[in-house]
Amino acid sequence: MIRWLGFLLALSLAPLTLAAIDTYEFETEAQREQFYKVSSELRCPKCQNQNIADSDAPIAMDLRREVYRMVTEGKGDEQIVDFMVSRYGDFVRYKPALTPATLVLWFAPAVLLLGGFLFLVVLLRRRQRALRDSETQHLNQDEQRRLQSLLEREEDS
Amino acid sequence: MRRPWMLIPLVLFILLLVLFLKALNDKKTQQDLAIDPSTLPSALIDKPFPDFSLPSVEEGGPLLTQADLLGQPALVNVWGTWCVACRVEHPVLNRLADQGVIIHGVNYKDNTEDARQWLKEFHDPYQLNISDADGRLGLDLGVYGAPETFLIDAEGVIRYKFVGVVDERVWETQLGPRYQALVDEGGAP
Repeated sequence: MIRWLGFLLALSLAPLTLAAIDTYEFETEAQREQFYKVSSELRCPKCQNQNIADSDAPIAMDLRREVYRMVTEGKGDEQIVDFMVSRYGDFVRYKPALTPATLVLWFAPAVLLLGGFLFLVVLLRRRQRALRDSETQHLNQDEQRRLQSLLEREEDS
Repeated sequence: MRRPWMLIPLVLFILLLVLFLKALNDKKTQQDLAIDPSTLPSALIDKPFPDFSLPSVEEGGPLLTQADLLGQPALVNVWGTWCVACRVEHPVLNRLADQGVIIHGVNYKDNTEDARQWLKEFHDPYQLNISDADGRLGLDLGVYGAPETFLIDAEGVIRYKFVGVVDERVWETQLGPRYQALVDEGGAP
């Protein structure tokens, strides 16, 4: 049991060891936060599915150094990302820019959700109407008359 | 089946699944759809070669700048002695240089002494030997692994980029025809 707990603990700590370690010093806390924010939004060109903050690839180290340089020069997030995109293309953005080519990417989920919702509404409405119709038209005229007579007999007795 | 149209989403889903699986595993489909997961399109196509001012790999060589690349179409090959694939590529570059193709070298994130040794040992196919020891030029070029080969025109505009080992097949199908077209272009008055 203890061994299992130890194993689980080790597992839960594993992601922490993935983050690459640099010793960058920042003048302000805001700069530090900007550095971590921007470098976690940039994708490492070599390793394909890691951001540059987490990657140990030499290219990711170079890009982090550049991000650090620009952060300490007081550049904005937008400027830093543009610098990277002008060299490595849109590939490096984990948050794709809104361009005609990425419209589908950005809006397809919302459109699909809305479509699904409308579909559900139409389906439920239709079912409800069918249910109501079946309630009112459940008995034909003959049956209605028989029901009426039965009810009257009940009242008479 | 009472409502066959209810099956449309399922059919679409299965079709997409087949397409994605094929694109994931089948090289031919990847080529047809122009997607290769390991190759990024370069952001620098049709942009001028970035400015630089870097020393030459050769001892006591001149300081090289972007202006030195102008005048004629050329290949710019990014390499390093630490790069195993560059060793595979090197004999091909030597052969191309012998045929009169203009090739410049960017020695990327390398020890200059090692680079000199390499060029002495394996022959030097490069007209200019740019030494980019800290990788700044490579970064401006969007280099993410060596070898990478750029094709620039006489005005120093990047016209094509190839990532990976240039071999005979790559030269004949991708780089050669484009290089030749640029040379022919420049020949016309």
